[in-house]
Amino acid sequence: MALIDLANPTRFLALVERVLPWLIAATVLAFAIGLRGAYLAPDDYQQGATVKIMYIHVPNAWLCTFVWGVMSLAALGTLVWRHPLADVAAKCAAPLGAAFTFLALVTGSLWGRPMWGTYWVWDARLTSVLVLFLMYLGLIALWRTIDDPARAGRAAAILTLVGAVNLPVIKFSVDWWNTLHQPASVFRMDGPTIDPSLLVPLFVMAVAFTLLFVTLHLAAMRNEILRRRVRTLLLTQAERA
Amino acid sequence: MDLGPHAGFIITAYLMAIAVVGLLIAWVVCDYVAQKRALADLDRRGITRRSAEPRPSGVKEPA
Repeated sequence: MALIDLANPTRFLALVERVLPWLIAATVLAFAIGLRGAYLAPDDYQQGATVKIMYIHVPNAWLCTFVWGVMSLAALGTLVWRHPLADVAAKCAAPLGAAFTFLALVTGSLWGRPMWGTYWVWDARLTSVLVLFLMYLGLIALWRTIDDPARAGRAAAILTLVGAVNLPVIKFSVDWWNTLHQPASVFRMDGPTIDPSLLVPLFVMAVAFTLLFVTLHLAAMRNEILRRRVRTLLLTQAERA
Repeated sequence: MDLGPHAGFIITAYLMAIAVVGLLIAWVVCDYVAQKRALADLDRRGITRRSAEPRPSGVKEPA
């Protein structure tokens, strides 16, 4: 099925109905394996048991930038290809991205207090992620401000693409500036620096959270399509009256 | 399992994750129920999409 075939909302809804049960099952299974792995994984030789926070902090930190990346692609879909579902995808990803960013900030803070001695520092990594969180909230507010979904979609797409400048800043902040946050330890040119006994459960949890995002995103897109149907029917009825 | 002296931070982090993920799931499910209910209500009032309206007699269904 080509991407353009999904431009038909009815066809898209039928596809969502088919894949959603499988996605829910895969998400539950991935979380079961990941949480079991996190439970059984050994403590870190320096951090002790607090390393268990890593299994929720790191996947959420990955997802907060990944979701903005998805929204940036959707923004291109809205502005360049004018795909009818692109702004639906962007709108539905924003609250999910905000939630994952919130979790990354909160769990990072809870990890930082025992390890760094503080909940928060205004260093480059933490501040740039906080800016990302505020941009998510701004996008959600923008969607709610403009009544017409098409106009809101174009405005939000421009803001999303402007905000994408923050993604490389977040990624390389630990290399460009002196930060309290540790540098990358998984995606490195010379390979991960984490022991496999910790890395494998972390990878499974990352897959689980990504599956959760895909599942919730598709379900939220289905809801948004139904909401637009209700809106169109009400507008048509008002015009006839 | 011994979570050491920082057990409170670890447990709070996991509880926060459960709460936020639970809220996201509840939001999606409640929104779906609300939209389905709104569409059913419109359908009951005879307000339907043209593609959902019954075809006039003599017009065949597309293959």
